[in-house]
Amino acid sequence: MATDNQHDAALALHRFGFGPRGDGITRLATDPRGALLAELDRPDGALIDDADLLDTGEAARAVFDFRQERKAVRFAQRAAQPPAGNANEAANGDKPRNPGPALPQQIYLAEAKARFERALEAETGLLERLVWFWSNHFCVSADKVRPYAGAFEREAIRPHVLGRFSDMLLAVESHPAMLVYLDNARSIGPESVAGRNQQKGLNENLAREIMELHTLGVRSGYSQADVTNFAKVITGWTMFPPRNPERGGEFTFNPRMHQPGVQTVAGRSYAGTGFDQGAAVLHDLARSPATATHIATKFARHFVADEPPPKLVEALETSFLRSDGSLKALARTLIEAPEAWSAPRSKLKSPGEWLISATRATGVAVPDARPIIGALNMLGQPLWRPPAPKGFDDVSAAWLDGLAQRLEIADQFGRRLNRPADPKELVEAALGPLAAPETREAVARAESRPQAVALLLMSAEFQRR
Amino acid sequence: MAINLHAPSRRELLLSSGVLFAWTCLPKLARAEGRDPRLLVIVLRGALDGLAAVAPVGDPAWKQLRGDKALGLDSPSPALPLDSFFALNAAMPNLHRMYRAGQATIVHAVASPYRERSHFDGQDVLESGLMRPGSADSGWLNRALAGLDSAGRVNPNGREAFAVGPVTPLVVRGAAPVMSWTPPHLPPPSDETVMRLLDLYRHTDPVLARVLEERMDLAAIAHAGGMDRPEKPQAPAQGARPLPGAAQRKYFADSAGAAASFLGRADGPRIGALSFDGWDTHQDEGVADGRLAILLGALDGALGAVESGMGAAWKDTVVAVMTEFGRTARINGTAGTDHGTATVALLAGGALKGGRIIADWPGLRDGDLYQQRDLKPTTDLRAVLKGVLRDHLRADEQALANVVFPDSAGVKPMAGLVG
Repeated sequence: MATDNQHDAALALHRFGFGPRGDGITRLATDPRGALLAELDRPDGALIDDADLLDTGEAARAVFDFRQERKAVRFAQRAAQPPAGNANEAANGDKPRNPGPALPQQIYLAEAKARFERALEAETGLLERLVWFWSNHFCVSADKVRPYAGAFEREAIRPHVLGRFSDMLLAVESHPAMLVYLDNARSIGPESVAGRNQQKGLNENLAREIMELHTLGVRSGYSQADVTNFAKVITGWTMFPPRNPERGGEFTFNPRMHQPGVQTVAGRSYAGTGFDQGAAVLHDLARSPATATHIATKFARHFVADEPPPKLVEALETSFLRSDGSLKALARTLIEAPEAWSAPRSKLKSPGEWLISATRATGVAVPDARPIIGALNMLGQPLWRPPAPKGFDDVSAAWLDGLAQRLEIADQFGRRLNRPADPKELVEAALGPLAAPETREAVARAESRPQAVALLLMSAEFQRR
Repeated sequence: MAINLHAPSRRELLLSSGVLFAWTCLPKLARAEGRDPRLLVIVLRGALDGLAAVAPVGDPAWKQLRGDKALGLDSPSPALPLDSFFALNAAMPNLHRMYRAGQATIVHAVASPYRERSHFDGQDVLESGLMRPGSADSGWLNRALAGLDSAGRVNPNGREAFAVGPVTPLVVRGAAPVMSWTPPHLPPPSDETVMRLLDLYRHTDPVLARVLEERMDLAAIAHAGGMDRPEKPQAPAQGARPLPGAAQRKYFADSAGAAASFLGRADGPRIGALSFDGWDTHQDEGVADGRLAILLGALDGALGAVESGMGAAWKDTVVAVMTEFGRTARINGTAGTDHGTATVALLAGGALKGGRIIADWPGLRDGDLYQQRDLKPTTDLRAVLKGVLRDHLRADEQALANVVFPDSAGVKPMAGLVG
């Protein structure tokens, strides 16, 4: 039935994508499921190929040079400063012009722009939603690794969102951004060459979070000894110092920092063969049933409900185990599961999801990443800056209190729209059959077009998916 | 460009983690005794190294354990003596002053019932008040509030809703109405838009309707107190270089000061909570002059800001500072500390019978440590919190044992903390 298809198309866009653009609901209505599944057949569809964006190594070296240069300028200025007393004269001389944001911030802004453009331009947004999900699962914080946060997502997350979990895991845990964020870059095996020479040693932060957050999940049976031993296994996983002109900022395995010998992790022993030892532990962690449960639950919670239907979690878990962690199969299982469509729309969109879908629905032009970054800060979900390695919360309760800020932003959307479309048409395009009669009526009777837009973006149907 | 992208705005900082949450009712039983108690809970997320905040300088094993990273009375920045055994990190002069004035109490070797080392589970247990992590949908503070008899709303004529703050921490989630506040900076939506939206929610989404309805008292108070005027960014003085950690200090002090100026008002809320991030010092901890010293200094500044912001209400105030667990007793391989077990809890405020350290000291020799790596917990944090809730707010002891901290009848409220 045509109306059912309209309904499913609207649901598909809000629940699995970033909401409709233009008459997206109608475009999708011929075959909503088929359209989503077709997106999964574009293995490279999530890649960002932009020659202007720096890879992690380039960014590290550029930032190093930038800081050296600034230091040199400051040094020269201080040397040239006239003795005290003439300070006023000097201050009236040629003032340095405002140089704009420093390089790490410029890189962050360029990466943010590329990410937002992808989400705004995508037809359904399914692949981008997958990127956002995995990027939050394996989060780093730009507060610690500002120039690498965007490159991390492009290099370690995007290539694998339709690939294999174990490949994404290896790419993530050996990425300099993660190694710096969770302190492994300086962790040294106590009995390694470097450990015996210096008063330095182990840091178990990354090892713990890999087991607790990235793979097995908390309370899944591993012990403190497993954490410590695993931390020893991944000693030496670090990066070339940024001052290295050829390879600075790139991953390297440093055997001088690596704890020698066999280690036992989660009941298995791993021989001391350098980098391969850590890769082998990750390989096994990726295939553990506990990991399948952990991932399946988070995946279903993200897309469907805070308390996801057990049948759906089970289906995802089975898919994950049978397909050897194929993330394409995982997404396909989700789209094909009846529970993923029949669950009530109770989940509050995260600030980022809401903001992108509001921008798509209103067609507001975003020439610059800064307004979106500012709005995300205001809504409590600053870009690539989660409060902790666990990432941003993925339940509605965490975001309910931001409702008043959403209203401020929705109000701004309304006021800034140059030529707002007819409100009735806007509701139809943004929500289609999902719109409640009360919402249609409230929007239609709004006292102004800006108010109509604010009410639409704030409506329960637009905020819940 | 007018915006300085490197210095986050006050608003952004407030929003990032230190948002104030507050309850707007008056505790009835305490009122009947002629008191008007205030309680501010501060959660330090990331696990505070209690040994670096309050050092056992009298323990012979201390220097051996931490070597040149051990705070001492003869360190380059000498720790501030508390008694013959403990000394406070020199970054905390306000707390030291309050302690000497009998307005601060320190509980050492304290821990929640949680015995693993996950931040997130640890915070779950700390905030939920349950024995185990996971699946909690309310926090102990909220349940304590829900159980108090109310002597009426502080602002009975206030509108029913409005206040802002995007992320609700678990400790205050739950059935008791709680509001959050941050200073607005965009021009607010018109009352007309708000009322229409509220009407729409009442017909389509009761949960969103309730959230929007609960948001007005604090905004009204903030407006009355002139607190909703956006701050003008101040141009830095010519040639002035920001102090290390200046932004952190300002953020902690601003959040805490804002909380206090709400709680201190006659028509303000009586109970609030806020949280500060950043205590997860795995690397280059900087006990004396680095990262942790900056954080402790910022926390100390926040306590000072609460004291002055409360004004006359400081004499009725308890500030309770807590964290999910402690850190390893020894320094790790990267000049930091990894996740541990016992730590300190800090109490400050004029309502305390303070000037004391409460510690059943477990010792620091290898055999004394919990799992041979962490300070061993000898005091249950719930005993401290139950003591404060019972004697300060007059929370019912049965409710404390069964509802606020379920299955905690065996953990007796610590007596004599206030009074």
